[in-house]
Amino acid sequence: MTDAVLATHGLSRSFGALRATNEVSIDLRPGEIHAIIGPNGAGKSTLIAQICGGLAPDAGRVEFLGRDVTGWDVAARARAGLARTFQVSALATEDSVLQNVLLGALGAGGSPWRFLRPALSDRDLRDRAEAALTRVGLQDQAALRVSELSHGQRRQLEVAVALTLSPRAFVMDEPMAGLGAEGSAQLTAFLDGLRAEAPILLVEHDMDAVFALADRITVLVYGRIIETGTVDEIRASPAVRDAYLGGAA
Amino acid sequence: MIREAYVNMAVLALLLIVPVWAQMTGEPFTITLATRAVIFALAAVGLNVALGLGGMVSLGHAVFFGIGGYAMGILAFHAQTFTPVMTWPADVPGTKSMPIIWLVAMLTSGLAALAIGALSLRTAGVYFIMITLAFGQMAYFFTISWPTYGGEDGLSIYVRNGFPGLNTLAPMPFFAICFTLLCLVLLFVALLARSPFGLALNAARQSPARVQTVGLDPQRLKLVAFVISGVITGLAGALFADLNRFVSPTMFSWQMSGEIMVFVILGGVARLCGPVVGAVVFVALEHILGDLSDYWHIWLGALLLVIVLFARGGIVGLLAGRARAHD
Repeated sequence: MTDAVLATHGLSRSFGALRATNEVSIDLRPGEIHAIIGPNGAGKSTLIAQICGGLAPDAGRVEFLGRDVTGWDVAARARAGLARTFQVSALATEDSVLQNVLLGALGAGGSPWRFLRPALSDRDLRDRAEAALTRVGLQDQAALRVSELSHGQRRQLEVAVALTLSPRAFVMDEPMAGLGAEGSAQLTAFLDGLRAEAPILLVEHDMDAVFALADRITVLVYGRIIETGTVDEIRASPAVRDAYLGGAA
Repeated sequence: MIREAYVNMAVLALLLIVPVWAQMTGEPFTITLATRAVIFALAAVGLNVALGLGGMVSLGHAVFFGIGGYAMGILAFHAQTFTPVMTWPADVPGTKSMPIIWLVAMLTSGLAALAIGALSLRTAGVYFIMITLAFGQMAYFFTISWPTYGGEDGLSIYVRNGFPGLNTLAPMPFFAICFTLLCLVLLFVALLARSPFGLALNAARQSPARVQTVGLDPQRLKLVAFVISGVITGLAGALFADLNRFVSPTMFSWQMSGEIMVFVILGGVARLCGPVVGAVVFVALEHILGDLSDYWHIWLGALLLVIVLFARGGIVGLLAGRARAHD
């Protein structure tokens, strides 16, 4: 456990009588993709929010790079190297693609307290931003507004913004959501290579992607972990079969 | 569609040509009208930083306009009565020097914006509107009940304040001062919008969650924008007081806040010269329609309705189309 990049210990959070996460302990190790699956309402989003700092847990701790970050806000965790992509794209839609990745570069390397020189003429920011765009294959769309992008391109841009942060760990909330078969396959191949750079905590509904990518899978049902294991272990687990996978596996 | 830069240049050229023409044909009142438009424009350029770039709907910007006005009024009042502004901890005399008055106006309105912004930004949406309005009303009633500086009657300043090397008593030099300040502030705001700060602020308006996940604090960005906004509107207030050689609590009234917002919406929210266009149109309508009827606000209301319903980008949006993401 000591070599984990990111770990939660007994995270719990209730909304009224509903225990959205119940004593959840997971860890993310260097170089791995750790997928979290579970039916709707299993508490995946609540868990992500607690890991990223948007929601304070009622009990439990979050550790990142060996430090207890439970009391840190979203921005502080991001600065420490925790990069997150959203299930529903949270991009500045009126801005251009380039401006959105520049924002990431600004958060990672620059200071926002500069008022006179144009952001676009800052070579460091721009190099970092353009490199991230090229990696996800959006370099030709740099000047487009986000509102002009297809759904799939927005997902790619989400990942590009995360890349600008040179993160130590990724937390991705359903990056495949709404992508076609081809888009999913492309992103799957991309994430496959990305794990060497920083481990990925992946919440995903697309089982093909999960089984293709995950080193380990954690199954969450009603806010509680019912199983953690390799793809084969999860496929073989009778508890998971009953609770979630049904005949599909 | 005309490029926005041309629209901007055209409105600034018009603002310059009209008073020059009035000077030549001997119509000093037109110069005063143009000065009024320039000062309103400056106040609205200030609000546009908060409203357009930062997405903060402040219905309390009259506070900064009024503070700027009273900064001028109080300093000039003590200068003309030869009394000190304060005697403790040090003797501070009044002054009739515009540059000093501007600095004091900008500093005090900036501090007020810091305090008001820090409290108001804990809220959002309609609560933000209401809390800024509440601060405006507090300032309004405070000045009404402050007898030292005229209370409800306000303060008259007998002679316009001075600027080194210029005869500010004549309409044209004073117009030139106001116009130059407006151009400098527009330049600053144009740079600001493209700067790293502007980029982050712009994103904070559209998606605070995004800004947080790249490690920045959207609230702090907004607070700094609110302070910059208040400083600019405060400077406009000092000039407005000098134009009228009079300050009164009406500078703090919610109608004043509303009018500043009308300039911005009329001309185009978040457009560089939107507030300038809005202020020019407003002052022109006030003058032309005001001659025809005391109830000219009806026509202003109708125009505002048309703009809001059919031209979301204001008059500048109507002329220049949608703002470009970047050049």
